[in-house]
Amino acid sequence: MYPADFDYVRATSAQEAVDLLAQNADSVLLAGGHSLIPMLKLRLTHPARLIDIGRVDEIRGVCEKDSTLRVGSLTTHNEIASSEIVQSQCRFLAEAAGKIGDPQVRNKGTIGGNIAHADPASDLPAVLVAVGATVHLLGPDGNRSIAAGDFFTGLLTTAKAPGEIITEIEIPACCEEGFGCAYLKVEHPASGYAVCGAAARVKMDGGTCAAASLAFNGVTPVVFNAWSDGSPLAGGPADDAAIDAAIDELAIDEPMGDIHASGEYRVALARAYGKRALKAARDRS
Amino acid sequence: MGSVIGTSVKRREDPDLITGKGKFTDDLALPGMLHASIVRSPHAHARIRSVDTSRAAAAAGVVAVYTGQDIADSEAGGVVPVGWLLPNLKTPAHPILAVDTVRYVGDGIAVVVAEGRYQARDAAELVAVDYEPLDAAVDAKGATAEGQPQVHEEAPGNVAFDWDLGDKTAVDAAFEGAAHVASIDLRNSRIVPFAIEPRAALASYDPEKGLTLRMTSQNPHVHRLLMSLASIDLPEHKIRVIAPEVGGGFGSKIHHYPDEAIASWCAMRIGRPVKWTATRSETNMTDAHGRDHVTHAEMALDGDGKILGFRVETYAAMGAYLSTFAPCVPTYLHGTLMSGQYDMPAIHIRVIGTFTNTAPVDAVRGAGRPEATFLIERLMDLAALETGLDPTEVRRRNFVPADAFPYQTQVALAYDSGDYETALDKALDKAGYAELRAEQQKRRDAGDSKLLGIGVCAYIEACGIAPSAVVGALGAQAGLYESAKVRVHPTGTVTVFSGSSAHGQGHLTTFAQIVSDRLGVPLENVDVVEGDTGEIPFGMGTYGSRSAAVGGSAIAKSLDKIIAKGAKIAAHLLEASESDLEFADNAWSVKGSPDKSVAWGDVCLQAYLAHNIPEGIEPGLEETTFYDPANFTYPFGTHIGVVEVDSETGEVEILRYIAVDDCGEQINPMIVEGQVHGGIAYGVGQALWEEAVYDDHGQLLTSTLLDYALPKAHQLPSFELDHTITPCPHNPLGVKGIGEAGTIASPATITNAVIDALAPYGVRHLDMPLEPEKLWRAMHSGEDA
Repeated sequence: MYPADFDYVRATSAQEAVDLLAQNADSVLLAGGHSLIPMLKLRLTHPARLIDIGRVDEIRGVCEKDSTLRVGSLTTHNEIASSEIVQSQCRFLAEAAGKIGDPQVRNKGTIGGNIAHADPASDLPAVLVAVGATVHLLGPDGNRSIAAGDFFTGLLTTAKAPGEIITEIEIPACCEEGFGCAYLKVEHPASGYAVCGAAARVKMDGGTCAAASLAFNGVTPVVFNAWSDGSPLAGGPADDAAIDAAIDELAIDEPMGDIHASGEYRVALARAYGKRALKAARDRS
Repeated sequence: MGSVIGTSVKRREDPDLITGKGKFTDDLALPGMLHASIVRSPHAHARIRSVDTSRAAAAAGVVAVYTGQDIADSEAGGVVPVGWLLPNLKTPAHPILAVDTVRYVGDGIAVVVAEGRYQARDAAELVAVDYEPLDAAVDAKGATAEGQPQVHEEAPGNVAFDWDLGDKTAVDAAFEGAAHVASIDLRNSRIVPFAIEPRAALASYDPEKGLTLRMTSQNPHVHRLLMSLASIDLPEHKIRVIAPEVGGGFGSKIHHYPDEAIASWCAMRIGRPVKWTATRSETNMTDAHGRDHVTHAEMALDGDGKILGFRVETYAAMGAYLSTFAPCVPTYLHGTLMSGQYDMPAIHIRVIGTFTNTAPVDAVRGAGRPEATFLIERLMDLAALETGLDPTEVRRRNFVPADAFPYQTQVALAYDSGDYETALDKALDKAGYAELRAEQQKRRDAGDSKLLGIGVCAYIEACGIAPSAVVGALGAQAGLYESAKVRVHPTGTVTVFSGSSAHGQGHLTTFAQIVSDRLGVPLENVDVVEGDTGEIPFGMGTYGSRSAAVGGSAIAKSLDKIIAKGAKIAAHLLEASESDLEFADNAWSVKGSPDKSVAWGDVCLQAYLAHNIPEGIEPGLEETTFYDPANFTYPFGTHIGVVEVDSETGEVEILRYIAVDDCGEQINPMIVEGQVHGGIAYGVGQALWEEAVYDDHGQLLTSTLLDYALPKAHQLPSFELDHTITPCPHNPLGVKGIGEAGTIASPATITNAVIDALAPYGVRHLDMPLEPEKLWRAMHSGEDA
């Protein structure tokens, strides 16, 4: 690859990364590099300096604390996909992480880098929104937290300020709370990104649905949260007919399109896979 | 002997390759080496008003910046020529850097040469070109319409050639009496060849010794010849072309492109070595693409489903310039295959080659034959629908029978040998065809949302190209023989110098197997040298599944000469008559007296000592053959695909893929299987996902792997392979070739399967790639989506 010229510096702590960001506004963070490097290679971005946080171990790893999963921002997709804690407590996050790219990508790419890049066709955003995750940031003014649903603000844009670094993603241990969850994906034939990725979470209480959430990757320019105001399934039977009806009433406006899949088709996929994901999540509850 | 041919010897080239020790062109460095970066047109069609190189020339590390005018002003020929001529072919010049007009996105304008690779790339962005954008002609057929932009003034209506073959009158008569007519309009999609290793060149020049050009080549001698004839100012004997390890070609490294000539010109001008390596996007933009046909065809059948006549009209895009063998591909590698496996009494095909403002189109992955097979095998399925026969039955009724060979088609070719029905039956048996059809019916009756589709493709190809006099009569500006020099060393070990030029095929293994088999020497005592014009007498190279049939046969012929000369020395040593000797188990012995023998090694040593050899025999043991085949070879087979289509989303899953191929004798069955695997995957890629897409302005929308959808291992099933063996009757090895079989058969196999799955929706044809949305629209077009 032949990117434009840039400086390189390695940070040894999250605080040092924040300090380095403050020194030079034309800096970007390099974690796993699987979003940034392709942009550099195609010369779509020309940062003056890369701040490599790849060895900041304090923000790497998965642990469970007070019924939530704490996932360090530098944790790789493969570490998430193969984590027993994630598999047992937030199954669809493990499923989504395991469907990103190929083994090389999953061994290098990180959750923090992934959500900071905010590619709408990536696999993690819908899961984080559907599960109600919280993104923790460190900046010049200290720590702050943002709900995942508020974090993704647009195509390749987030609520993270330029001088901030993502330190941790806090995720409810939803399986422990009685939720079933599922992530289903239609893979883009070239890039492997999601043409449609459906993340569903359903909690059944006997024959009645106690709660349900649903979000999509790949369909709209920012992750599509189907029921931000509460699920129409809640309080009902959540049988196949109810799920089909709920999805059929869903309005999905301004979908994205490319030469492989138009917006109209992506909406059709979202309906098909929304139903399938909800049914799979229900059956796992 | 005969124990080594036909065994799955492990590939001797693999240990180096899989441990990263393979040296590819870009791995090489020379003292004082510079790096070239080529400034390319972002427009599909534009006049160049001016080129300002001053900022680039002043940039850090830049040694020189040259434009097309600099090359035009030099003594160099400065063009890349076309190597296959047709009657009335328009041959506009193709300068290695554009001077006044650019004709496709990626056309070269200028070259920056710098100390560092990054510096060259950075400075290339500083070359300021003032363009006057022009409208672009993009569509293979649409380019001929009135009012379309003209790609070349010399080619009115953008027509490069208008060619036909066959008997139009006989075909018209056949249609008058037809009980059924099957017809189709199709577009055979444009694809990128996509070798994993991008093209690269490393040129170094010494005023005394000449030019040494290391490059990604499938045929170094052809590159040397064309370079000398048209591109740079050096005679042929002062150019040495070397192909180091080459990481795949698929046709793309046959052709003579501007870039390698530019690197050579720069090295000569500057007096320092110059390396150029394409980026992935450059390769995607500038490697000669494949296919891009717009075709209308009709097939006439009688009441029993027997073919009466076949007529075809194809518009074949040539792209912006005629690539090296471009005119041959849609004509003599496509039109001559129109009989398929079938006994067709009347055929006529017309092919109109058109200039478009796109990358040039040339031989890629099967070259013409996949297009022919796709057309014929789609029409056979439509003929089945018209006649009400099962797709296998309509094929069976029309096969050239096994006792009819050699078979003269109505489109010039004479098939050497074949047994098509046996291959079909073997494939049907392996697939469990009747059970599959029963399962399909069951699902249809039950309204199952998972639609089952079964596709059959019975293919033929013409390989081992080919007799030189024949291809010469058809327009080739080259012979298509192959050379092999076999050098036996005094200790009895062997080096083969072959004009074939492997880039993944495994010649180091298979050619050594031929030597070991014929001479009885162990494999480890045989080396194979290829890909260097300084070491090899001459070579036409590796493409068109020709290396075993032509290159291998040349080796076999040289080995026969070695054995014949050795027999004379052995007879002298044994004081026996040459006619009483037999050569077996690596020794000559007197027939009936096995104790009276002389070993291979003793004869080899004596050949070089020359202390005691027969009068009139020269010392040494080295023989060269230029083998010119008597005919093409005609591999064939039947492939069957089983797919499942999700009726709700249009997604396709390949459940099974069965391939029965007949490539004649097999030198190494493992390598044969590997070739079939790769070929099937390639063809499935075109059928389901791959397409080089240009928009109406000639912008390439698929210039990276984020958009261009190559097949991946996880998208494919485990292939079920089998074979029949019908030896080639006219070469010494009985081999036919296997490099392209998979890629010729699989596009039609998978397409037929998918269309079969959609039969309940009344779908008769869809163009490749069969992406889910296309299927979804075909199934739901009547509904409110």
